[in-house]
Amino acid sequence: MQEFLQYFFSGITNGAIYGVIALGFSMLYRATDLINFSHGEFVMIGALSMLTLTMTFRMPVIWALLITVFGVALLGLLFERLAIRTVRRPEPIVLIIITVGASIFLRGAAMLIWGKDSHTMPPFTAHAPLDILGARLLFQSIWIVLIALLVAACLHFFYKRTLTGKAMRAVAINKQAAWLVGIPSKVMVLLAFGLSTGIGAVAGTIIAPITMPAYDMGAMLGLKGFCAAMLGGLGSLWGSLLGGFLLGILEAMGVGFVSSGLKDATAFLLLLLVLYLRPGGIISASIVKRF
Amino acid sequence: MPQKRKCRIIAMVTAIVTTACLLCISTVSAESEKEPIKIGGVFSVTGPASFLGDPERKSMELAVDMINEAGGIDGRMLQAVIYDSEGDPSRAVRNVQRLITRDNVTAIVGPSLTPTSLAVIPVVERAQIPLVSCAAGNRITDPIKPWVFKTAQSDIHAVASIYGHMQENGLKKAAIIIQSDSFGESGRDQLVEQAGDFGIEIVAQENFGIRDTDTTAQLTNIRRADPDAIICWGTNPGPAVVARNVEQLGIDVPLYNSHGVASPRFIELAGDSAEGIMLPTGRILVADLLPDDDPQKEVLQNYIAAYEDRFGETASSFGGYAFDGINLLAEAMKGTDGDKQQIRDNLAQIQGHVGISGEFNFSETDHNGLAPDAFVMVRITDGDWELIE
Repeated sequence: MQEFLQYFFSGITNGAIYGVIALGFSMLYRATDLINFSHGEFVMIGALSMLTLTMTFRMPVIWALLITVFGVALLGLLFERLAIRTVRRPEPIVLIIITVGASIFLRGAAMLIWGKDSHTMPPFTAHAPLDILGARLLFQSIWIVLIALLVAACLHFFYKRTLTGKAMRAVAINKQAAWLVGIPSKVMVLLAFGLSTGIGAVAGTIIAPITMPAYDMGAMLGLKGFCAAMLGGLGSLWGSLLGGFLLGILEAMGVGFVSSGLKDATAFLLLLLVLYLRPGGIISASIVKRF
Repeated sequence: MPQKRKCRIIAMVTAIVTTACLLCISTVSAESEKEPIKIGGVFSVTGPASFLGDPERKSMELAVDMINEAGGIDGRMLQAVIYDSEGDPSRAVRNVQRLITRDNVTAIVGPSLTPTSLAVIPVVERAQIPLVSCAAGNRITDPIKPWVFKTAQSDIHAVASIYGHMQENGLKKAAIIIQSDSFGESGRDQLVEQAGDFGIEIVAQENFGIRDTDTTAQLTNIRRADPDAIICWGTNPGPAVVARNVEQLGIDVPLYNSHGVASPRFIELAGDSAEGIMLPTGRILVADLLPDDDPQKEVLQNYIAAYEDRFGETASSFGGYAFDGINLLAEAMKGTDGDKQQIRDNLAQIQGHVGISGEFNFSETDHNGLAPDAFVMVRITDGDWELIE
């Protein structure tokens, strides 16, 4: 029981991170039909910016978090404006290759700014690990799960209750029809980029204290987030979050009960199985209403 | 008129060409008396292993300049020709081929990594050029290849140091947690192979990924196996995550690490969790703590001072591999006038060469030349290194 609980804690911490990253993928995919392969790099930039703001500029955590998220969202807007919209013939394959190029560029830039070494920062709040039935839970893990849920809830509210959110959904469902009723679809796409990268930055800021951020952390996180999004259902809000938690917990259980050498294999094998049985993911966006 | 002009131009061109040729010939003949000996270098200067290749390149330049300032070798200066392998085996092979055919080097130092070193071995063996590798893997010099030597300490010695320390302290059951890459795998092979020699039983084996953010699941398994000590084998930042998780889970057994994290950066990353961690390291990390009668102390302090003075950054054991490589070659080159066969034979007979990594005693059956005492055990106390007797 104690072991099981420990695996579970490990799983939900990683799972919440994967979930938030998956949210970013899903959001953008819904609005633009585009997979942003540089999403992981935005997570990395979020983590490293958070670190610089709190460690070098001694900012309080909450301010550092907000500034980082808005800063990275701005970077996302810039990315859309400069690299995506300027493409003359925006075919999906061209755009995807542009995002791959952007990820290499961002990684290189981060290496020049922050160097090649890993960095470290203290947790948001200083607490001893909690002891629950003999299993230890880091306080930062609670922050991570809470913030992940908060982000998902805010997005839900945004899509269901605000005019901008509804407009974005309209663009997602049919771009031309939305344009006909007067929704500026280009602005919505721009906004989707900002939101998506901003959410990526949230993931970066919350994991900065428990991992050792470095310029090359983005690729693996991006890949795991993408898998989580596929697992849950690309394009579905709660599906992405669920996919993240599921992937995290499967990984931890795989390590605990199978073998740590097969950690990634266990998780990805199950991913393949799920996709074989339900190609659209667990909560498929085409069955359930999108967002 | 045009005819005359043409003639004049031809005459002028001929004059210029002739003088140029004469000048060339005269400079060549002046140079040939003390033509420099070229030594090639192949390091992972950029790419993921740049933390190895960058200090190695700098140390090679430093060593060559130091030797030249002291008068060179039998009056001939050394000249370094260095290429970047980017950590890629096929690029390393191209670099080495270029050094041999285009640059006509007398000997080669490097490459930085085990895979790149193994890839270039067939090339240097065929061309019969002495190679001093800076990589740690055993397979480079085991089995022995006539033309291949290496200066980095082997995993064999690191594992022997850790197991020796465990044995002295009566720790019998070890749990090992290994990074999933070639460094970790090579460490695991040695840990498993040597366990019996020291009467140690391995009760749990776990892995972690290079960029894993959490290893509590693996450590929970280890805790269930109830070991006397945990041995973590990896390079930053993974082992720092392991150290933190060990503290988080409150596992109260000694934690050993490999020489892969023997840098101040590890203490910085692991923070308070680093307290009490023990690891084997080359003496360079603790040069100032060494007793004055340690033969390496002076060599180390000179190297550290020269390196930090010139490059303005902390000297590491990695740069020492290349520094040792050049100095060993320089010693072997004395009196050979650049004859490769003689250099190789001399290299294989070097005894008692005190370098950065340890004291080298080469023979025809040992092309690494180091003993387990090339490592010392240190403990992290109050955020600094403490030498364990």
